Amino acid sequence: MAAKTIISRPVYGTLSPQPGKHHLFVADAEGALAIIDMAGKAPAGFFDGAEIVFIPGPDGKHIGALEALKPAQLHIAPSFASLLPRLRQTLTNAHMGLRLYLSGTEGLIGQAMQVALEAGIDHTSMQTEHRGSLARRMQCVHCKGITENVTTQPATCAHCGLLLLVRDHYSRRLAAFQGVCINAEDRSEVPPMEEVFR
Amino acid sequence: MSTGTTKLDVVVSDVAPVNDLVTRFHFRRRDGELLPTFSGGAHVVVEMRDGDRTRLNPYSLMGSPLNTSEYTISVRRDDVGRGGSLFMHRSVKPGLEMVISYPVNLFSLDLRARKHLMLAGGIGITPFMAQTAQLAGSGGNFELHYTCRTASLGTYADILQQRYDRRVKLYHDDRDERIDLDRLLSTQPLGTHLYVCGPAGMINWVRDRAAALGWPSETVHFEHFAAPQPGAPFDVALAVSGKTIRVGSQQSLLEAIEAAGVDPPYLCRGGVCGQCETNVISADGKFIHNDHWLSEEDHRSGCKIMPCVSRFEGKSLVLER
Repeated sequence: MAAKTIISRPVYGTLSPQPGKHHLFVADAEGALAIIDMAGKAPAGFFDGAEIVFIPGPDGKHIGALEALKPAQLHIAPSFASLLPRLRQTLTNAHMGLRLYLSGTEGLIGQAMQVALEAGIDHTSMQTEHRGSLARRMQCVHCKGITENVTTQPATCAHCGLLLLVRDHYSRRLAAFQGVCINAEDRSEVPPMEEVFR
Repeated sequence: MSTGTTKLDVVVSDVAPVNDLVTRFHFRRRDGELLPTFSGGAHVVVEMRDGDRTRLNPYSLMGSPLNTSEYTISVRRDDVGRGGSLFMHRSVKPGLEMVISYPVNLFSLDLRARKHLMLAGGIGITPFMAQTAQLAGSGGNFELHYTCRTASLGTYADILQQRYDRRVKLYHDDRDERIDLDRLLSTQPLGTHLYVCGPAGMINWVRDRAAALGWPSETVHFEHFAAPQPGAPFDVALAVSGKTIRVGSQQSLLEAIEAAGVDPPYLCRGGVCGQCETNVISADGKFIHNDHWLSEEDHRSGCKIMPCVSRFEGKSLVLER
């Protein structure tokens, strides 16, 4: 679990089965393991009313393990962007009593949370668990471009090319950490780049 | 000291009977100024000088928060209660000067909600009078379900239906009309918040069903209208102030502490806000915890008590007060 440094830095928990009839899981890569671990604590028949939306990693692991849970629906998506219309549709038609569980990378949790917030679910009402990569979704505060899967500190903005200090300052609205120019005074000053968000 | 309850000097500007049980009281400031702003769901604590006894009862403000020239409350007469409501009905007349607290809101609307689903039972309608007025003034989305014993005891039901038409649904016990609660709770759009005010049994029923049907606890708001329960008198030693007091059968522990000249903090006087929480130094006997604030563990430990509603039976009780 990530250390809490500043107040907007998200802190994640451990998925636990909530009361209710409808359960929606959104997970990527190792996030599947959080669902599988939780299934051990879930009451019988829990997954009869569950829908799992899963984005496997490049190695395509964990699909079989999720199928074995026998959820009412299992939807495999190649990317978050590709599942977005479906997720929006599901949430638009949903009623109170739907419980949301998000697990996997911060980028996945943050973006799914962003959609759920728009649909009216309070972030404190969602179950979250961080698993897998620490890679960050980062917004360049200068050009506002978003760079996915940032693993280094500092990081280069994929849009404007500025060298950015990746801050712990997080925006729930944008589902992104803030990146601020690290050498604004003197561009020739280039600090060493380290991989810190593996 | 009564935290957050700075006093207001008011005069009773009108007293209006509403039905067989309920009377409405209007207050204006004695200096003619506007009263403090409040939000729907707020209550004031009304001080009643009844001979040598001072009663302090909380009542929800039921007027529109958009009008602060006066405050209005509605009091249901309880003939077997501790006497506060009877005092209001019998002794409070227009022109009487009274002291009330600043408004405090322990039952506020969550304005992030997409929709507000309100459930009222009996006199529990009063906070919703202010909340619906507030939401109607800002185009808010709400729906009110109101259960009452009979049509004639449906306090303000006519006004509410006139104002909000189909957004108000009435249920009369004498006609066997019941809320289809599971259906109601299962068909609300995401982003709905639930508010319930009424008898304890109704609140517990609604909270239990909402939890079972998957409503997150953050979306369920409730307000108890619990008066302190009477019981056998008991003696209490107050360690900090060095006093020993007797709590009468019709008196709450908080009232007895106040009567002894100690001024403890309070807000709700109904066992929900946590303001008057007090440490127990020693006790030999049984606690009768009537509050909704302390955890079950706190109750079992016997180390804490909420003097506004809780009582004690036994040999000795020493409080850190």
